Amino acid sequence: MTTKSLFLLLMLPLAGCSIEAVKPWDRDLLAQEKMQLVPDPIENTLDEHIYFSKEASFGGQGVGGGGCGCN
Amino acid sequence: MQLNNKSSVRAALAAATCTVLSHPLQAAQSSDGWDVKGGLLYYSEADRVTVIAPAISASKTTEAGDKLTFRAIYDSLTGASPNGATPTNTPQTFTSPSGQSTYTTPAGETPMRDLTDVRIAVGLDWEHELSRLVRNAMSGNFSAERDYLSLSVSDTLSKDYNNRMTTLTAGVGLTLDVVKPEGGAPVGLQLINAPATGELEDDNQKTAVDVLFGVTQILNRSTLTQLNYSHTTSSGYLTEPYKILSVIDPLTGETVPDPSPTAPANTYLYRYEKRPDTRNSDSLYWKLQHQLTEDVIYFSYRYFQDDWGIRSHTMDLKYRYELAGGRYLQPHYRQYQQTAADFYRHSLVDNMPLPEFASADLRLGEMTSNTVGLKFGMPLQDGEFSILVEKMTQTGESHPADAIGIQRNYDLYPTLDATIVQIGYRTVF
Repeated sequence: MTTKSLFLLLMLPLAGCSIEAVKPWDRDLLAQEKMQLVPDPIENTLDEHIYFSKEASFGGQGVGGGGCGCN
Repeated sequence: MQLNNKSSVRAALAAATCTVLSHPLQAAQSSDGWDVKGGLLYYSEADRVTVIAPAISASKTTEAGDKLTFRAIYDSLTGASPNGATPTNTPQTFTSPSGQSTYTTPAGETPMRDLTDVRIAVGLDWEHELSRLVRNAMSGNFSAERDYLSLSVSDTLSKDYNNRMTTLTAGVGLTLDVVKPEGGAPVGLQLINAPATGELEDDNQKTAVDVLFGVTQILNRSTLTQLNYSHTTSSGYLTEPYKILSVIDPLTGETVPDPSPTAPANTYLYRYEKRPDTRNSDSLYWKLQHQLTEDVIYFSYRYFQDDWGIRSHTMDLKYRYELAGGRYLQPHYRQYQQTAADFYRHSLVDNMPLPEFASADLRLGEMTSNTVGLKFGMPLQDGEFSILVEKMTQTGESHPADAIGIQRNYDLYPTLDATIVQIGYRTVF
C-alpha cells in the first residue's frame, strides 16, 4: 500500500465525523489535563525510549528527540 | 472537571479561553511555581537486560505566556543482549569488542554479549506565543553514553484556524550522533577475528533530519483528533558496531570453525554486520481521543515505512476509567507488527558471495510485539501519583524456512519478555 493511499484511508474516519463548533466557553472538557494529546509527558518519553530501542520503527508524534546507542 | 480551589477555577477559565490543541495545555499549572514531574522506569527482560531510569522534568509558565521545560533522564543498563550469532551444537567462544576478554555461550543457546552502560540525557523546551494564533516550540536535547553521543534540536510552528478548532503544525528536527565503539568501528562484513583491512575510525557520525506536518482538529466538545505525517532522512554510520553474523556450513548448518591454526578452541567464523549508510522513513500517525461521561478513550495508529524494507503497524489503545476521589485505572494495550529489513538474515552461508549489506539484529527481523498494562493514578494535594505495570512480549520467526541443517533444531528468534514498571509523581513548587 502506498503512503498516499494509506493517508487517504486514514482520513476517512475524519471525513466521516461531523465537526461541531465548540465555543471557547464549552472547552472545559478538552482543557482537562487528561484530554491533552500527551497527558503524561514523562511516561510518553520513557515509553517511546523503550520502543525506539526495541523496534525498527520510530517517531510519529513529533520531531527530534535524543538518540541512543541502544545496542 | 474537578474545581477544588480558586486556582483551579482560574485555571479552568484560562483553559477555556486558550487553545487546547497542539501544545500541552498550561492551564493546570501555576505561573508562580514550577510544575515538577518525576518518573522512575524499571524495565527488565527475562534473561537479558535490565534498565533503571529515573527521569525528571520541571516546567514554568511565565507571565508572558512562555513555557520553559527542563528535562533529564539517567539510564542505567545491565545484563546481556543477543550479539547476532546463531545457536550451534557446540559451545561458542567470543572475544569482546575491546579484545580484552572472552565469553562462551553453551551449545544450543543464543549467544549474548554482556552489557553495562549508563546514559544521561538532558533537554530544554521553550514554547513561545508569536501572535494570538501562532506558537513556536523549540527543543534541544543532549545525551551521552560511554560510546555514544547525541545532540538534537527541533523547532515546531503551530497556527490555529477555524475559531481555534483546527491547528496546523509544521516541525523540523536535526540530530547529530557520534558513535564511538569500544575497540573502534569495525569494517562491515569483515571476519571478526581477522586483521582489519579497512579504515578504522574512532568516531563515526550519523545525522538525521526530521520534518513533520500535522493537523489537530476538535471534533466536538469531548473529542479531539490528530494526524501527523513525518519524514526522516538518516545518513552516516547506521550500523550496530557490536552485532555480528554467524558463518554457517551450507549443508550441516553448523557454525564454521575458525580455520586459523592459532585459533583457540570453540572459536568460529563470524562477520560484523553492515547496514546501508542512508535511511529514509515515513510515518503517518493518527490519534483520536474521546471523553465519555468522565472516562477517556485514547486510540492511536501509526504506519511506518522505510527504504530498508521495513513496514510496520502500531495500534495503541488506552482507557482511563475514573474511580472515586479523582483516582483512576487505565488499562493499556499496544500491538506492533513489522516486516524484516531487506538485508536481515539470521546467518551467512559459507562459500557464498557476500551480500552488500547484512544484519542479524533481531530488531530488524519480522516481528510482532504486544504490550499489556495497567496504570493506577491518584491525586495528591498539589499533584498526582501514578504507577504503571506492563508486560511486553516480542515474537518473531523462530524457525524460518531458510534455516539449514541443525539450525532447524534451534530457536532463531527467541521470544523477548519484558516487564515494565513506571512510577510517576507530580507536584508544584
